[in-house]
Amino acid sequence: MDDLDLALVAATQSGLPLTPRPYHALAESLGLTPAEVMARMNAMLESGVIRRIGVVPNHYALGYRANGMTVWDVDDDQVDALGERVGRLAFVSHCYRRPRQLPLWPYNLFAMVHARSHEQAQAYADAIAAMLGDACRRADILYSSRLLKKTGLRIVE
Amino acid sequence: MKKVHPSFAAGDAAMPAVELSELDRRLINALQGGFPLSERPFQAAAETLGVAEATLIARIETLLQTGVLTRFGPLFNADRMGGINVLAAMSLPKSDFERIAAFVSAQPEIAHNYRREHALNLWFVGAAESPDKVEAVFDYIESVSGYPVYRFPKEREFFVELKLEA
Repeated sequence: MDDLDLALVAATQSGLPLTPRPYHALAESLGLTPAEVMARMNAMLESGVIRRIGVVPNHYALGYRANGMTVWDVDDDQVDALGERVGRLAFVSHCYRRPRQLPLWPYNLFAMVHARSHEQAQAYADAIAAMLGDACRRADILYSSRLLKKTGLRIVE
Repeated sequence: MKKVHPSFAAGDAAMPAVELSELDRRLINALQGGFPLSERPFQAAAETLGVAEATLIARIETLLQTGVLTRFGPLFNADRMGGINVLAAMSLPKSDFERIAAFVSAQPEIAHNYRREHALNLWFVGAAESPDKVEAVFDYIESVSGYPVYRFPKEREFFVELKLEA
């Protein structure tokens, strides 16, 4: 990423202009051509710097109130292959392998699920458990009972 | 260059579910990714939804204002830009919970902080431009609070394609 890419990140991290030609508006403010703006954004999309372009809904506004962090103690030899499959489940929003903190924390696979009820979240967890099968020794779901702080991550000043 | 600022109602648990029109639902379901990189992207997206370009722009604007959408535009992967986020947790006794949770929230490098029902009952994300800076904040929290901060750095991120259904 060069300075122009960073300038594009800074210009779009709070959103795209809501005008018929948003990339033209960006180009004008950055002194680039519209084609250059689109080409750079496309390159960032392809390299994964941009995950996707579109609307980001507020979970709560859509009625997703049961946001559960499902955690799994999965056999080390199988966790990567199984994590790939769990991540592709439609209701999983984040999926990571993380270190255990024994003895307090035996879990090495984390998958966030978003549901409209705890029953639904549990059903999702059951589907993950079925996928993991015997490779999983223990599991838990941690619901957030209070949001104490959430700030938007602003990446570039 | 990387700083964390408070944002608006994103993820506000107090927010009630909102009554959405049929168009709002279709818009949210169709546009969580794949917004075109073209000269008239709203027009292209509006055509697939069967509405006018101006209607789509106005709906997105309203949904942003009412907090149904937290953002519209590119969703960046902070990890790919040199920044780092680290998940961490603490196990706090009831008597100390409020005081230390507030102290953790007060650190500018702490981006998210949640109470969760578990022996590890406080979960937060430290975000900064380098791993050293995140470590320094976690060390500081440990030294001031007297409780350990358990670190859960990502060892591997698995691909996800979540789309929330409106």
